[in-house]
Amino acid sequence: MTDTAWIDAALTSARPQAVGALLRYFRNLDAAEEAYQNACLRALKTWPQNGPPRDAASWLIMVGRNAGIDEVRRTRKQEALPEDEAISDLDDAEEEIAERLDGSHYRDDILRLLFICCHPDLPATQQIAMALRIVSGLTVKQIARAFLVSEAAMEQRITRAKARVAEAKVPFETPGAVERSERLVSVAAMIYLIFNEGYSASGDTAEIRAPLCEEAIRLSRLLLRLFQSEPEIMGLTALLLLQHARAAARFDADGAVILLEDQDRSLWNKALIAEGLALIDKAMRHRRSGPYQVQAAISALHARAEKPEDTDWAQIDLLYGALEVMQPSPVVTLNRAVAVSKVRGPQAALDMIEPLAPRLSNYFHYFGVRGAFLMQLNRNDEARTAFDRAIALANTSAEAAHIRMHLDRLMRDSKPPAKAAK
Amino acid sequence: MLYAILCYHDEDLVGSWSKEHDAEVMKKLAVVQDKLTKQGRLGPVARLLPTTAATTLRKDDPPLVIDGPFAETKEQLLGFYIVDCKNLDEALDVAKDLGAANPGGAYEIRPVGVLNPGSVAT
Repeated sequence: MTDTAWIDAALTSARPQAVGALLRYFRNLDAAEEAYQNACLRALKTWPQNGPPRDAASWLIMVGRNAGIDEVRRTRKQEALPEDEAISDLDDAEEEIAERLDGSHYRDDILRLLFICCHPDLPATQQIAMALRIVSGLTVKQIARAFLVSEAAMEQRITRAKARVAEAKVPFETPGAVERSERLVSVAAMIYLIFNEGYSASGDTAEIRAPLCEEAIRLSRLLLRLFQSEPEIMGLTALLLLQHARAAARFDADGAVILLEDQDRSLWNKALIAEGLALIDKAMRHRRSGPYQVQAAISALHARAEKPEDTDWAQIDLLYGALEVMQPSPVVTLNRAVAVSKVRGPQAALDMIEPLAPRLSNYFHYFGVRGAFLMQLNRNDEARTAFDRAIALANTSAEAAHIRMHLDRLMRDSKPPAKAAK
Repeated sequence: MLYAILCYHDEDLVGSWSKEHDAEVMKKLAVVQDKLTKQGRLGPVARLLPTTAATTLRKDDPPLVIDGPFAETKEQLLGFYIVDCKNLDEALDVAKDLGAANPGGAYEIRPVGVLNPGSVAT
């Protein structure tokens, strides 16, 4: 390992626990962050000589706390700094604090730290930016880059979000069981948001935004280590792993979208798939289904199919049916219709999405999917109209390019491909 | 004499390695492993999936299935099996059979990420 790479890795992995505990001590996010920064500076100074401490997080918490206390005293009165004998004898103290941090506290510390980032008043983008800055410790510059905005704009966004969180006064007492599970739901949703921010990138920005997906997976694994028996957290982690496993196959050299059935499956990441499948297996044993588990199970069926034609569409149709009950949404029905078109043909699928038209009249995918069904039914003029509408609604150039490919195919062949339902 | 070398590290720390760093470490390890392979001294090598993918079976009566890795410190690691299973349920069935034959203690069931079966001369 290079000289400081191990320190960077140690600081990154200790950060959620350390900042979470410091937040509990100081009850103020800025103070906690500053104390943590001070502890990191000290680590950079002393670790290269002394080697890593046995428990990096406990070391950082204790050093950070002492630094923070000094800071509070200094700003309160201009009194002379006390001799900090507390940190002169780090080794003994480190052992002592490690005993006290037996894990019962830090689980709630990390959850609280994640939870304050997903305050309902914060718009999604601010929640994500807060989590990446405060929990993951990404620099403002890194976050700005992933969001494709200027550093100054991102700095302002985070400052504003922090101010709002400070007003919200999240309680610092140990949460009860009900509150804990409510927090867990919000935090899981926020992690999924972070992931989607990276996953929904178009081909030309996918590489820049991939760290968002990786960070979401890291946070999700962290959450699962803290809450080992929560099937929905297993489901969430599995879902992220299974989706991210396809990253290398999702775009062509020009950045255009490659649909699932056209992807080169040899490019899928087998290690991530194995982990995702193992987690969904674990989750299913609990027989307490939920939206993340169902979505992960759908993803798992795609991952298990070596060739597109091996896909168990009937099972996917059933799973989307279950998801429709748990999370009724026209978008879920639209996704289900794709499975239905494979099982029962394009007419059944078209009948299914027809009633969604009023609610999805501005949704790109609705017209893309509708156009595809119409094309399969040889209704080329109507298909063309749907595709034109989809292009008008496309969010990225890659989406538009993908639909244009369908249109080109329509123009070229007076007749659509003979295979009605692939 | 065959020796098992069991690998321990801070999982969160290793999980924080960059892809490049991970690949670099694996490359360095491969050099050591290749040497042993050429000498016919290397048996199976496995990289396990994270502990979040682990399930523990307490070999009580009846056996108790717990999410997560084996976390007690009273017991010691005495051996291991590598078994090919369709899914976790099948792996748990195998573990339960083994447990019935030898009650007491626990099995941690952890999916294997990468396995090099090796070719040690016995």
